[in-house]
This record gives sequence, structure tokens and C-alpha cells, in this order.
Amino acid sequence: MEHLKEDKKTKLSEFPDAFEQARIEKGYGEIDDQNDPVTMLLRLKDVRKTAHNWKTFISGAEPGRIVVPSEVHIRDIRQIPFEVDPPEHKSYRDLVEPWFKRPLGEEYQKVLKTIIDELIDEVLTMDQFEVVGDFSLKLQSRALTTLLNVPYKESETWIDWGVHVFRSEDTDLDGGKANILFDYLDEKIEEASKNPGDDLYSLLLSAVVDGKKMTKEEVKGVMILTFAGGRDTVINAVTNSIAYFAEHPNSLKRIAQEPEITGRAVEELVRYFAPLTHMGRVVTEDTQVCEHAIKNDSRVSLCWASANRDSAAFENPNEVVLDRKVNPHVSFGFSTHNCLGATHARQILKILLTSLAEKVKDIEIKDAKENIEEWGEFNRKVGFKNITVSFN
Amino acid sequence: MAKITFITKDQESIVVEGTAGSVMELAVQNNVKGIDGDCGGVCSCATCHVQVDPASADKLGEASEIEQDMLELDDDANEYSRLCCQLQVTEALDGVVLNVVK
Ligand code: HEM
Ligand code: FES
Repeated sequence: MEHLKEDKKTKLSEFPDAFEQARIEKGYGEIDDQNDPVTMLLRLKDVRKTAHNWKTFISGAEPGRIVVPSEVHIRDIRQIPFEVDPPEHKSYRDLVEPWFKRPLGEEYQKVLKTIIDELIDEVLTMDQFEVVGDFSLKLQSRALTTLLNVPYKESETWIDWGVHVFRSEDTDLDGGKANILFDYLDEKIEEASKNPGDDLYSLLLSAVVDGKKMTKEEVKGVMILTFAGGRDTVINAVTNSIAYFAEHPNSLKRIAQEPEITGRAVEELVRYFAPLTHMGRVVTEDTQVCEHAIKNDSRVSLCWASANRDSAAFENPNEVVLDRKVNPHVSFGFSTHNCLGATHARQILKILLTSLAEKVKDIEIKDAKENIEEWGEFNRKVGFKNITVSFN
Repeated sequence: MAKITFITKDQESIVVEGTAGSVMELAVQNNVKGIDGDCGGVCSCATCHVQVDPASADKLGEASEIEQDMLELDDDANEYSRLCCQLQVTEALDGVVLNVVK
């Protein structure tokens, strides 16, 4: 009985590498998506090179097309800086970069620490709770108020939206849910333009990029991304970390005893989980990647999740080595479009690990349903649909 | 003890002393502008990019293959580029001059 329990336990915090065979044998995989097929690039070097080559592999295609599954049929608005190529990309990036580096400041980290400590204290009093909805979504939403510098109570609205702003459980692409976000942003942008404050909306509304004042449409294009790009990703990272510590209590003890490894532990968990599986690009000329022909105007995707398990760069790629010293993972992307929210996400995770190590002795998983993505021939576990645990 | 000079993009010169840890950590502790060290030094983020002053280049060893792979795809990189999280502070680095790239 005890043995069985152990067996089941090991599986839950394990994230198998779905791409290994294809990565070694071919270097790519193919998926169909609404008649606009995608060649997934699976090797670290190819992923990096392709991410770097923004001229042949563009992001500034028809809005929604670099996302897989494609969002061209559910939105017209361009996400900024995500769907813009250099040189314009740099002008937008330069504008927002200092704002998104604020998480390096001590004050910011104190606020995050309070948010996280309060949440942990709250769930410690419960017999059990569902992590995705009752912990990770709350943490992500409350922390986002700090990033945007808006009132804390806004997070209540975002929590009420549920876990998926763009996606719902039944249909892959849920236009209705996206509209909730779009309408909300229109309202907030109007408010900030009438009453400017010191939030991100106001900064963007007053910004001049390449000699032109940013339009409300562009402001919305930036804001959508801070909601959409930072939501499922942070939720998966937080949830999966809790599942990991439930099954590796010694790792949590180790962080309490050796706090200096916390940063490395965060990088390693983010590498292992790769909360965003892949992201697409549109090809602008007939070309080749790993000796495979790729046609003009088709799509490729940069598979961060596969690249992170490439044994060419990582020893024991399928193991969590908590203090891995050299860890050139691409969970936050690479080159031009690397993740703007990474500084924020890293601080959340660092503080989360520290606070868990301080406050929680033991995490027990009661029940869990895995979230398995289907990408053509690949079935990849990215997180949990729900996972009920108790903290002691 | 090693004395290390950082020259930031706006030509400010910052001299710091260190005994242990990585050069990136030393820079971050001393608030050297342009060295963020986002990934904490695991060679994943490239926010610790410096170019070694040619006159002091011989104080450093070779970059590892993983570090070279990162730099190879950095448009601002040249033959003197290093990710300074991969440089350990030791006596050998005493007197080195590093130009911060970002
Ligand atoms: C663990 C959490 C996160 C992961 C794993 C993650 C992952 C990624 C990845 C892989 C990319 C590259 C996309 C590409 O190359 O096309 C990216 C870009 C981006 N992310 Fe994140 N992200 C996370 C959290 C966040 C957060 C919290 C925010 C903001 C609130 C955010 C905002 C963005 C933006 C704006 C971009 C586009 C940057 C550009 O195009 O220049 N992300 N993210
Ligand atoms: S600190 Fe991230 S690569 Fe050096």
C-alpha cells in the first residue's frame, strides 16, 4: 500500500519530455492548426538561432498568427511589443523595459512578500484547497497589481474572471472570454486618460514612440499582453512548484537551510516546467532549419519546452537538479522577444520558495488532474487542471 | 582581493573590490548600471554582458562552450565579450577593466 502510494506520488510532479524521440531523430515535429500548419523546432541551437533571426522568422505578421493555436479569427488587435519586429520593436521595448525592471527594487519585493505571505497564511488555516484557483490565480492576480501599479482590489475582478482569459476548458479559443478582457481594458484606458495616475496605463498613454504619441489601440495592445502572457504561465509555474515540493520535501528543507541556492532553484524549476511550451513565427522566405525545408509564408514554432531538455546542453535533462549551476534554458524565450515579465515572474517564484520554506513543513497532494496539451503527435504535460493539497 | 573597474555605457567608471563570488554578483551588489543578473548567474539571461578591455584581456580564461553559444547570438557581442556571471572573482582578476554593454 505504502509502495503504491509512493509510485503514484512520483508521477504527479514529473513532467515527462514529450519531444525526446523527435528531437533526436529529426529535430522537428509537425502540427496542423486550422489549415495553417506549424513546424515545431525542437533543438536548443535551432530554437535559439531561429529566435534570433527576426528577418526570416517574423513576429509582426497578421495579428494572432504567431500564436498556436492561431488567434487570427478571434482578434485584430496587435499585441505590442510581442507582434512587432525590429526596429519598431526596440522603440516599444525601450519604453517599457525600465517599468518591467522595477521588480529588482527592494520596495517592490517587500510588497510581493506581503502578498505571498498573506496567501500562504490563509491556506495554512484550511484543511485542504485547490491550488490552481485558490492559490496560484490569486497570487498571480494580486502580484500583477504591483506590476501595473494599480489598486490591490482590482485583483478581485481578475480572480473572478477565472483561470483562462482567452481559453476555456471546452473550446480552444473562446472569443467571449477575450471580450471580457478587451472591454475591461477599454474602460481602464478611458479612466486613465481622463485621470492620469502613476500606473502603467498612464505611462503608456503619455508615451511618445518614434515621434508619435501612442494611440489607445496601441496601449491596449501592450496591456493585453501583461494580462494574457503573464497569466497561465505564472499560474503553471506556481502550481507546478507546489506539486514538486509536495513530493520533494527535502528540497524545501534544503532551501530553508541554504537560501543562497533559491535563485538557481527558481531557474531550474522554470527550465523543467517550461510554462510556455512554444511560440510561433511566420517565415518570410523559403529556407531550411536542421536540414528540413521550410516554405515561405508558413509557420514554425520555437519549442522552449523541448529545447530545455536537449542533452546537447543539459546534463540529466529530465531531472530537477535544484542547484544546477549552468542552466542556459529558454523558458523565458531568447533574443529579441525574450520575456518582458521575466523579472517579475522570477521575483514571484523566489519569494514563493523562500516563504514556503519558512512557513510550510509538509505539503500533501489529495487529488489532481493533469493538464495535457495536444500538439499533433505530441502530448505534453504543462501543468494541472486542478490539484488539491493541504499545507501543514 | 581583486580590484575590478566597470565602465558603464554613460562612461561612468566604478571601481569595486571583491574576494569571492562571481563578477556579476559583485556588480549587482555595487549597483553597476547595465548589469542586472536576472537569472542569478546560471548563464540563461545575458543581462550581465561586458566587454573586457583589451589591455586586461589576458587576465581571463576562455569562455565555456555554453557561454560562447549565448554570446554568438548577441548582436552587441565582440571578441572581448563575456557574460560576467561566468567570471569568478579571484586574485587573477585584479586590475581588470570591464565595459558594460547595456
Ligand atoms: C513564468 C512565467 C512566464 C513565462 C514562462 C513566460 C514566457 C515567455 C516567453 C517564452 C516569451 C517569448 C515569446 C516569443 O519569443 O515570441 C515571452 C514573452 C513575453 N512575455 Fe512572458 N512569460 C512569463 C511571465 C510573464 C509575465 C508575468 C508577463 C507580464 C506581466 C509577461 C509578458 C511578456 C511579454 C510582454 C512578452 C513579449 C516580449 C517581446 O515581444 O518583446 N510574461 N514570455
Ligand atoms: S546573470 Fe544571467 S547570464 Fe549572467
